[in-house]
Amino acid sequence: MSELTLVQAINRGLSEAMRADPDVLILGEDVGVNGGVFRATEGLFKEFGESRVIDTPLSETGIVGTAIGMALYGLKPVAEIQFLDFIYPAFDQIVSELAKFRYRSGGQFPCHVVIRTPYGGGIKGGLYHSQSTEAYFCHTAGLKVVIPSTPADAKGLLLTAIHDEDPVMFLEPKRIYRAVTGEVPEGDHRVPFGTARLVREGTDVSMFAYGAMVPPTVDAAEILAKEGIHAEVIDPRTLVPLDEAAIVASVEKTGRAVVIHEAARFCGFGAEIAAILAEKAFYSLKAPVARVTGYDTPFPYALENLYLPNAETIAQAARGAVKAS
Amino acid sequence: MVLSRATDERCLALQRQGRIGFYAPALGQEAAQVGCALALSPLDWMFPAYRELAIALSRGASLKSIVNQLIGNSADLTKGRQMPNHFGFADQHFVTASSPIGTQITQAVGAAMAAQRRKHPIVTVAFFGDGATSSNDFHAGMNFAGVFRTPTIFFCQNNQWAISLPREKQTHSKTLAEKADAYGFSGVVVDGLDLSAVYTAVADARQRAVRGDGPTLIEAQVYRLGPHSTSDDPKRYRSDAEVAEWKAKDPIVRFRDRLIAAQLLDETADQKIWDDARAQVSAAIEECEKIPPMPGPTLFDDVFAQLTPRLAEERAEFVHRPAGGPGHA
Repeated sequence: MSELTLVQAINRGLSEAMRADPDVLILGEDVGVNGGVFRATEGLFKEFGESRVIDTPLSETGIVGTAIGMALYGLKPVAEIQFLDFIYPAFDQIVSELAKFRYRSGGQFPCHVVIRTPYGGGIKGGLYHSQSTEAYFCHTAGLKVVIPSTPADAKGLLLTAIHDEDPVMFLEPKRIYRAVTGEVPEGDHRVPFGTARLVREGTDVSMFAYGAMVPPTVDAAEILAKEGIHAEVIDPRTLVPLDEAAIVASVEKTGRAVVIHEAARFCGFGAEIAAILAEKAFYSLKAPVARVTGYDTPFPYALENLYLPNAETIAQAARGAVKAS
Repeated sequence: MVLSRATDERCLALQRQGRIGFYAPALGQEAAQVGCALALSPLDWMFPAYRELAIALSRGASLKSIVNQLIGNSADLTKGRQMPNHFGFADQHFVTASSPIGTQITQAVGAAMAAQRRKHPIVTVAFFGDGATSSNDFHAGMNFAGVFRTPTIFFCQNNQWAISLPREKQTHSKTLAEKADAYGFSGVVVDGLDLSAVYTAVADARQRAVRGDGPTLIEAQVYRLGPHSTSDDPKRYRSDAEVAEWKAKDPIVRFRDRLIAAQLLDETADQKIWDDARAQVSAAIEECEKIPPMPGPTLFDDVFAQLTPRLAEERAEFVHRPAGGPGHA
């Protein structure tokens, strides 16, 4: 075990995967000599050289398109898109090509690319360095969508992603790249997809949060505990595939649900969780499902702390759910 | 060339009869495609668009496998997942085509980067038309190929029309080939109606690529003798006179005449080639139309390597859906 930050855990996962398998390579903007703008690939260029840590021209469609070609040829590319906000030039490659290759070829051309990209607010990044648009990718059949919230999960989910057979969108909560540290297992530690993490056990209300929203949700649970409300906190870790069973089971126990994400509310991932609960846990619900999310506005710069959910707004939603019944 | 032409002619009719849903013919582009394919190695990788019938046939894809795809029956290698003409053959390194324009170009470059890494002496070929030279991926792919000096051949079949947009409105460049200059490698224009000229241009480009001298853009100048697809009516935007002018330069007739002049072929033998090709097409269609459709639950296969719990749930729901609606066998 080593005590690492989340971004160090990602770096560790990448370097171990590259040491173990010569087919694993990295490509993206500033990932080589510079080690990535967030230093996620620091030291890898020196260890593995320019043929495996490839500094590309500034073109997201070029990065993802060439990564697809490499994967079709049998390599295991891990592409970095510098910010999720800049991924849209590659959107066609991701949703029309990467997501559909296995399907459209009748299984003849599986296409396993991992796309790592930092997402989310709280870093004074304004409109174009802060967004959480995970729902776009969850809505496209054929993509797995992964969001770690701890260093151990970051490494474990990344290694699972690199060894998976399907395309993986690996979204990294940049706000907690360094704000969170934790013990990370050595070696080939893998966290399976589709298995939620029980962050904190409780009986009165279930709170579902992922990525950078997990720490404030845990803080909210602490606040609530002092008031005698025992909140359960669950981190789904992978949005696709989603551990629906864990979500439903928790609400069957508590009867109340609060979903927390940074993304805008309308058609956000919380809507899917609310729909699943309406379909599969309706008779267990004692209160309406509450959503604590970003607003349906573009992501603001000066007012970002008022835009983002925090422990107080999350706790208030949980109190509301408890009071409702 | 003749088999491709015979297939196109028959399939346009099949679409009008409602026996296939759609068709995009390669009419007029046969010499460019066959000339290109003959200059390549079986180990090279093809990244086609959806108008590459003669390439597929030249690579060794069977006519039946192509017809199965047009019908989308249970023998279709792509499992009935795509519109006609979007075929793919892993055995022939012929990557399954998609409909978005130009996306295969960057992919071809990526596969070439992978071949470089593996030290395989092969090339990848990106196939696209004049319209695709305006796409994002054309620029990105050409740029990456120049920077990484990849063994890629950009094989542009300039068929003069991108649906209704003529070549001169697609770009202000004098030729498409000259665009390669900006990316630091060579671009060549070749008469795409001349099989031998195309063969030579592709063979040269291939040799340079495997030698490590980087990519080449080849602009094969051809003409789309048919409609963009069966959904298109070219009379709305181009004149019969223009089509007639190009029809007079039919690349298959041109090659036939050359063979006859060289006494390698006579009228009787030529007629036999056509009769054989048409018979092959008829036999393939007759046989493939008897093959049953894809079973409904295969809808859920190949989304991922394995069914996720959610897809398994949807599949179970699908199996128990009420009978009688459209599409029910």
